[in-house]
Amino acid sequence: MQRVYLDHNATTPLAPEVFKAMEPYLTGEFGNASSIHAWGQRAKAAVEEARENVARLLGAQASEIIFTSGGTESDNLAILGIVEAARTRSCTKHVVTTAIEHHAVLYAVKALERQGVRATYVPAGSSGVVDPLDIRRAITPDTVLISVMHANNELGTIQPIEEIGRIARDHGVAFHTDAVQSAGKIRVTAAPGVRLLSLSAHKLYGPKGVGALYARKGTPLRPLMYGGHHERDRRPGTENVPGIVGLGRAAELALEQGHEEASHLEKLRDHLEEQILRRVPCAYVNGGASPRLPTTSSISFTGIDGEGLVIALDMRGIACSTGAACSSGSLEPSHVLAAIGKSREEARSTIRFSLGRTTTREDIDYTLEVLSEVVNRLRSLSPNYKEATGDQLSAISIQK
Amino acid sequence: MTIAIAMSGGVDSSTAAAILTQKCAPSEPLGNPPVVGLTMQLWNQRRLPQLQGFEEGLEAGRASGRCCSLDDVYDARRVANFLGIPYYVINFEEAFEEAVVRPFVKQYLAGETPIPCSLCNTEIKFDRFIETAVEIGADRIATGHYARIRYDESAGRYQLLAAVDRGKDQSYFLFGLTQHQLSRALFPLGEYTKEQVRAIARSQKLPVAEKLESQEICFVPNRSYHDFIDAYLTEQGGKPRDARGELVASGGQVIGEHSGVHHFTVGQRKGLRVAAGSPLYVIEIDAKKNRVIVGRNEELLKCRCTVRNVNWIRPVSAGQRLEGSVRIRNKHVPAPARIEVSSTSGAALVEFVEPQRAITPGQAAVFYDEDEVVGGGWIEGAY
Repeated sequence: MQRVYLDHNATTPLAPEVFKAMEPYLTGEFGNASSIHAWGQRAKAAVEEARENVARLLGAQASEIIFTSGGTESDNLAILGIVEAARTRSCTKHVVTTAIEHHAVLYAVKALERQGVRATYVPAGSSGVVDPLDIRRAITPDTVLISVMHANNELGTIQPIEEIGRIARDHGVAFHTDAVQSAGKIRVTAAPGVRLLSLSAHKLYGPKGVGALYARKGTPLRPLMYGGHHERDRRPGTENVPGIVGLGRAAELALEQGHEEASHLEKLRDHLEEQILRRVPCAYVNGGASPRLPTTSSISFTGIDGEGLVIALDMRGIACSTGAACSSGSLEPSHVLAAIGKSREEARSTIRFSLGRTTTREDIDYTLEVLSEVVNRLRSLSPNYKEATGDQLSAISIQK
Repeated sequence: MTIAIAMSGGVDSSTAAAILTQKCAPSEPLGNPPVVGLTMQLWNQRRLPQLQGFEEGLEAGRASGRCCSLDDVYDARRVANFLGIPYYVINFEEAFEEAVVRPFVKQYLAGETPIPCSLCNTEIKFDRFIETAVEIGADRIATGHYARIRYDESAGRYQLLAAVDRGKDQSYFLFGLTQHQLSRALFPLGEYTKEQVRAIARSQKLPVAEKLESQEICFVPNRSYHDFIDAYLTEQGGKPRDARGELVASGGQVIGEHSGVHHFTVGQRKGLRVAAGSPLYVIEIDAKKNRVIVGRNEELLKCRCTVRNVNWIRPVSAGQRLEGSVRIRNKHVPAPARIEVSSTSGAALVEFVEPQRAITPGQAAVFYDEDEVVGGGWIEGAY
């Protein structure tokens, strides 16, 4: 059976170059980067080289990079760390975020709400893009943090972070952006208004269990954990040397290959979408008219249960997802699709394809072949479908 | 052929999966996998956390020994990995609430004692589950039920038979299956005894071989049905109800107060809170008048019952009379009886040879001819 992996937004395969870079640090070079001796020094040098590479990817300084255990920790450190640090300055605090954030951001903000911090969740329109003016309107004199993701993990829609950064700077509010989905896929820079930025290694062909938080020089940040003096007192714990080395190499590769890769993947993604819309009736692309990651495609198939479709495709060797992998099993309809005005039914009939470095034209063509066959079969089994679609069976629409 | 096996994380369905995996070698290297494990997520244990004794509900999903707890999904997944078969969790929470939980609550409030497992079988496991299995590309489904299916060539139809292990037989819960459902289903454990199943699980070193069995209704923790009903009604926005009513002796005189008809079932002795010379039992529940009628043990003995919504697995004609035996609750030994097919569709009248104790409305009456399930339905009344 042919196997096609189209779930790169959930995780990416480890690049062979990354594995090669990590290998010595999983074997002979086992030193603790904080040790005085030669083993320690070599490990430390590798960590610092990785820091340089991550900084270079973001156009930042090495001292502004904090290594963490991944995207979730980076988001939590940014959000909880900023608000905690503001405790000494003001008694009432307010956070602005959006309704389409990843749960790592949303639930961190919800945890703050339980501690008395106020929060505003700015909606995103049907385009899947937040309006910077809505962010500006949400700012109050108590606002200590704005957190808006760079690219949405389910839709791929890119948020106007430069503009939001300017607004944040004008109002003297710290701005955090969760760039976990965008880093390595499109150009991600620590734009002037961005004070904090999260990224995760395994979304850019690096290993799992390691990520980074960019924190602009002078950003007050309280640590989440206490321990040693690692990472300039902001993140204690013995450095995950092989992981960090992997992240560094992955960042380097992203900087080298990023642009070329993006335009290649965008062509494949557009081919996938065009052909789906051509071959499968009553299918539409979510967020299709907005600026998007070149790798991501969120597609709804009227009358189809997305969960069943994902399983049926997996049985035919094609891996995709209904939305965020972290939410599977809970099976509440996607909060992102709800936030852009999709009904429960629409959200349920939606699946996400996300392409990556190793995706080929053959992969896409095989997917198209199987997908149209499976969707037709599912619809022929569904008594609701004809009823739901009536005579627009042949209708083809892209939601703008 | 691809078989989708319903996996609960328990020993039975895990062993059923192991038996199937052994029997079905991959048919073609490029084809669909021969066996696929599926777990139905039916109820969110984080709901009604007060029933779990946890404050925030954070730990509620860990409540063990019940279906749909995270532990059980974990176990099912572990077994599937062990067997090397694909595994998925499919969510039927909404359908389950609609088809099983709501009727369960409604029936209790109507003074009946429902069996959600039978409803779940006909509405979810052998309906939605088959549907989903076919959707994802499976041809048949299998479950860990102790029962047998046989195809009767001469009659051209499927028969449902009691399991070889009479102590574990679950055919009582399966009376609602249609010919279509029977044609799609496999019960790999029907020919085995529980001891054999446990032994297979051990010899194959299944990760759940030593797991204890749960006898509870899956979504009701600690067997406290009335606590569940009260918590569910509160969650649904119902105001705390004053469900109290009269406790009435079989002679008609009011002898006390009861706390709500859903706290009682026919034959129950505990919790009546009245003093009497001889032990008192619930002999009838009159939900319309909000009365619980109590009496002596002998008054629980009835000879006849009416049965509604009968599913006939063996074809019958209106007015026909059958000799057989009838089981009126899960652990009841089928009692010899004459079954009369009512002329009105879907109803039957059962007349036992010997009086039966505590024939309970809401339970199923399942008709057997030797070990074959001829049909069954829901007990409406007894007299």
